[in-house]
Amino acid sequence: MSVRPEGAIVGSVAGGELPPDDVVVTALRAGDEAMFAALLDTWSGGMLRVARSYVSTDHSAEEVVQDTWLAVIGGIDAFESRSSVKTWIYRILVNTAKKRGVRESRTLPWSSFEQDRAAGRDLDGVPWKAFAEAWPTPESEALASEVRGLIAEGLARLPPRQRTVITLRDVEGCTSEEVCEILEISAANQRVLLHRARTAVRGWLADYFESVKQPE
Amino acid sequence: MKRFTCDELAEHLTAYLEDALDRPARDGVRAHLACCEGCERYFEQFRVTIGALGDPPPEKLPADVRARLLSAFRERRRL
Repeated sequence: MSVRPEGAIVGSVAGGELPPDDVVVTALRAGDEAMFAALLDTWSGGMLRVARSYVSTDHSAEEVVQDTWLAVIGGIDAFESRSSVKTWIYRILVNTAKKRGVRESRTLPWSSFEQDRAAGRDLDGVPWKAFAEAWPTPESEALASEVRGLIAEGLARLPPRQRTVITLRDVEGCTSEEVCEILEISAANQRVLLHRARTAVRGWLADYFESVKQPE
Repeated sequence: MKRFTCDELAEHLTAYLEDALDRPARDGVRAHLACCEGCERYFEQFRVTIGALGDPPPEKLPADVRARLLSAFRERRRL
């Protein structure tokens, strides 16, 4: 597993990359169904994952994504290229998810992010370095799928704002600029949330590898 | 060049990866990583974690939702 370069386009269901924004917008306005389908298939998976950081059920997440796409269909004629299509769609998604999340009382205002507790690196007073053991290389598919499951569980345990940021950045491959624009937060704020989330997820993976370690 | 304790180093890793550190801090991170095996390993795990996050199981919209959206697109009112 390697770290994606900054700003990499995430592999999509459709496989291919989407054409430039102006081509996409022109096609959508002209009623090009294949283009709309490509967009749906490329972004809906990521949108579902981001929606889940705001709402509590799969069904709610699906409704948020559906309502977002309906708003995109209704708003494409009025879209002004002040932001990228992706950022525009994700902003609609986040606003839609927030409204719904408030109803489900799942979200807090971003300004209260300081209350997110930083994940500690100590485990019962044991210095963390004792746990920076070498990890097994996830060569086997079994281990890789185990890790995927752990990560999904870990994301669900994160404070909501941390979860949103790490999902956009590390799962979906958005740049920090895109995330700041989508969530309307500062670069420093974004970085703090991302770092806490990454630290927590690393910690959970470390605990897991520690627990399955073969005795020497 | 800035000097970091191991704990301080760990707190700077995201900023380091984002290229958001000033030069003395960046050099300090590099120097520390070069001579501290524990932190080097921690950093490696941090990067493995980021890599693993970027490899989620595929997700799709349910077929009925997708079909509904495609027909909504077809039927949108032209102005």
